[in-house]
Amino acid sequence: MLLEIKDLTLEYGRIEALHGISLEVEQGEIVALIGANGAGKTTTMRAISGLRPVAKGSIVFDGQDITKLRADKRVILGVGQSPEGRGVFPGMSVMENLEIGAYTRRDKAGIAEDLERCFALFPRLLERRKQAGGTLSGGEQQMLAVGRALMTRPKLLLLDEPSMGLAPMLIQQIFEIITEINSQGTTVLVVEQNAQQALSRAHRAYVLETGSIVKSGTGQELLNDPSVKDAYLGVA
Amino acid sequence: MTGLEQGAIYALVALGYTLVYGVLRLINFAHSEVFMIGTFTTMWVWGWMGIDQNTKIDSVGQMVMLIVIGLVAGAAASAVTAVTVEVVAYRPLRRRNAPPLAFLITAIGASLFLAEMIGIFTKRAPFGPPRIIEPAVAFAIGPFKVTNTQILVLLVALLMMAALDQFVNRSRMGKGIRAVAQDPDTAALMGINKNRIILLVFVLGGAMAGVAALLWNVRYGFTKFNVGFLIGLKAFSAAVLGGIGNLRGALLGGLLLGVVENYASGLFGGEWKDFTGFVLLVILLMFRPTGLLGESLGRARA
Repeated sequence: MLLEIKDLTLEYGRIEALHGISLEVEQGEIVALIGANGAGKTTTMRAISGLRPVAKGSIVFDGQDITKLRADKRVILGVGQSPEGRGVFPGMSVMENLEIGAYTRRDKAGIAEDLERCFALFPRLLERRKQAGGTLSGGEQQMLAVGRALMTRPKLLLLDEPSMGLAPMLIQQIFEIITEINSQGTTVLVVEQNAQQALSRAHRAYVLETGSIVKSGTGQELLNDPSVKDAYLGVA
Repeated sequence: MTGLEQGAIYALVALGYTLVYGVLRLINFAHSEVFMIGTFTTMWVWGWMGIDQNTKIDSVGQMVMLIVIGLVAGAAASAVTAVTVEVVAYRPLRRRNAPPLAFLITAIGASLFLAEMIGIFTKRAPFGPPRIIEPAVAFAIGPFKVTNTQILVLLVALLMMAALDQFVNRSRMGKGIRAVAQDPDTAALMGINKNRIILLVFVLGGAMAGVAALLWNVRYGFTKFNVGFLIGLKAFSAAVLGGIGNLRGALLGGLLLGVVENYASGLFGGEWKDFTGFVLLVILLMFRPTGLLGESLGRARA
């Protein structure tokens, strides 16, 4: 088990945002977490990456309890995240944004290798490598955010709403690349509102509703589940 | 020329305000005392070496050595002071998620504490550090006379600023500073330790103030426990003038402020110097509220 979350509870002030959720991610999987706005998807992500303190429960990553570990140390252990809203550093060039993904690494050869892999996945970034992050289009920023997360050489890649604000064509493309990244050996946990794409790409998925997990299963099972269809897929 | 010289000192101190503001969105009022402690430390270090106001410095080698020693001592003392303020005063507040107002009042408190501490220790007396360089006109371009201290001050200041600029723009740690300034949460997701970056910013800002302190001693040969107050205020104005959070803005703001002040005191008389400086600030902010170059460590390129 690469990631094991047990009974995770999280509060914003006195309001409970997550009510004891549990989920697991196996080595090599793509796992999707779907749900509506405000269901707690991003909160879950921020708890895993360490940006939000946890009230109760535990997060175990790669056999190590990281519940109380500082965010930057989790990156060193192998948790890489592309955050919600992309979080591209606007004043830095594409190249600098990617380099900062490798901030904690010292292996020059490995970094060069990952940079190459990144440009192979996203040729667009190579064209724009000297341009400031803030001047990229939404789709390019998303590519940059994913590429930058890969530069941390993560064991687990966390993707928070990779399709947000993108045109349907680009959404398709981003998910193809996610599948590609996964086939190259990186485990992926993706949070999405676009359930159709997420479920058809994921090995397994969880459905989050107002801070609790209400359903789980393989991607296919959930795609065919009548209540999921009704609520998230827009078909009756 | 006198204006540029004074402006260069403002600019060096202004860097400290701008760096800390860029990363923490905090106006570190204690920075003026970081400068003040630098002026005293260089003087004391020279004192321990047996150099006082009556010592005659006759060889160039000795002069250079004293300047280098003063520079290192001043920069080190100021950096240590800045870091101490951060660790003792600001970090505990951050840990408790204190509101911005708490930081502001803490900054003012730390400033007063340091000034009064040195005030008590030195009996509030004015001090005259030894004259390391006897001012002399080195050369003249038409009506402008350039003195040897002016060359030294400008040269050292510009060198330090160029080095800092390169560091922030090119090095790995410099990128870390910019990342934390632009988006602290995402910076953490890149594995950047925010507290370490904040510490680094205080070290850099403090060291720059220490260098400014040495130059101040060489140029003015005067210090007192409250020497930092007006310099701090001017440097802060210079930082705002150029666009706070922007390193090159601090340089531009400092030089501009120095030149305008000196021009004005030549025109209206010395007592108008401080007046014009602040009038300039107010007028400029009416038209460009974010300063000449805008806030940049956070937004555009640093």
